[in-house]
Amino acid sequence: MHETMIAQSIVEAISKEAAKYDAKPIAARSSCGQLNPINDEVLNFAFEIVAKDSVCRGMTLEIVHIPLKGKCKNCGETFDFDIYSPGCPACKSNEFSIEPDAELLLEEIEFEDK
Amino acid sequence: MKISLKKKILDKNEECSLQNSAFFADNNTFCVNVISSPGSGKTTILSRTIGDLKDRLKIGVIEGDIRTDTDAKKIRSTGAAAVQIETKGACHLSAEQVTGALGAIGAADLDIVFVENVGNLVCPSAFDLGEQARTVVLSLPEGDDKPIKYPGTFAGADVLLINKMDLADVVDFDLDRVINHISTLKPDIQIFQVSAKTGEGMDAWYDWLMKRADANQPKED
Ligand SMILES: Nc1nc2c(ncn2[C@@H]2O[C@H](COP(=O)(O)OP(=O)(O)OP(=O)(O)O)[C@@H](O)[C@H]2O)c(=O)[nH]1
Ligand SMILES: [Mg+2]
Ligand SMILES: [Zn+2]
Repeated sequence: MHETMIAQSIVEAISKEAAKYDAKPIAARSSCGQLNPINDEVLNFAFEIVAKDSVCRGMTLEIVHIPLKGKCKNCGETFDFDIYSPGCPACKSNEFSIEPDAELLLEEIEFEDK
Repeated sequence: MKISLKKKILDKNEECSLQNSAFFADNNTFCVNVISSPGSGKTTILSRTIGDLKDRLKIGVIEGDIRTDTDAKKIRSTGAAAVQIETKGACHLSAEQVTGALGAIGAADLDIVFVENVGNLVCPSAFDLGEQARTVVLSLPEGDDKPIKYPGTFAGADVLLINKMDLADVVDFDLDRVINHISTLKPDIQIFQVSAKTGEGMDAWYDWLMKRADANQPKED
């Protein structure tokens, strides 16, 4: 469900750039925050189907999951937050804040050489 | 040739959610998105809240369910306006569906609009509806491991209602464990322990609601 909508938005965004550069896209990379419930296999499957009827047909999509960042209130360390062992890895303090989850981004597109 | 974009993917849902939040701001309507697993007590909590605050606040409810209008009927029996959205299989409400229901419940004239989302602890959290606050309900029989299993939903909540407190003696549920996990995920979350059945603890939730609904009204100087 969720992945299909995202796949559509990504295909639209890539198609727009492809028209701008008048080039055929062959690969793209997206990124999203750790808390965004995106399943890579489902997204890739949806992307393949949505891309079929567009300039994106046959291209590959990679999705990178960006870890949540914690910031220690005791020693100031910024670290990747691990929900299984929350705490500052440097000083072991449990006093820390969590930064907002990373946004869903279209990071880069690779086009076929002309 | 490679181009670097770092472009935010603004999907259709986000466009509609921005439109909804502008609507709520313009009409001084406080909108709360209520999320939980099926059966944790969303409809019961809302019915009781409406009954108890009837004389103080004008409340309407947008009900999301996969099938049937059972929940909207329950809400209407309290006298409040309710619109049912049947998602026909979709596991969450979209901002667009909410936009479509705002007229039907007369949202512009209400103090509070509750949106009862489809019972699901995963998908609804990824769909902003344009609400000003998000409430997650967790009931004791579901178990105290839910916040760590569904971090996205709990980290996005402004309020956690721990419901069915009347069952505290019969189910094993480590309240401290839940409060600890949640506080690391979302340090400024408001937690209220309630029973929608007995009414226990509901006053603190009402105080929070009235404060936020009030803050939403234009200031008179
Ligand atoms: N013991 C007890 N039962 C409750 C409480 N709140 C709700 N229930 C019961 O829990 C069941 C489910 O409640 P609902 O309010 O329908 O739950 P819901 O979250 O709206 O469910 P869906 O809309 O199907 O996701 C009903 O049988 C309620 O009577 C409570 O505080 N204590
Ligand atoms: Mg319900
Ligand atoms: Zn530290």
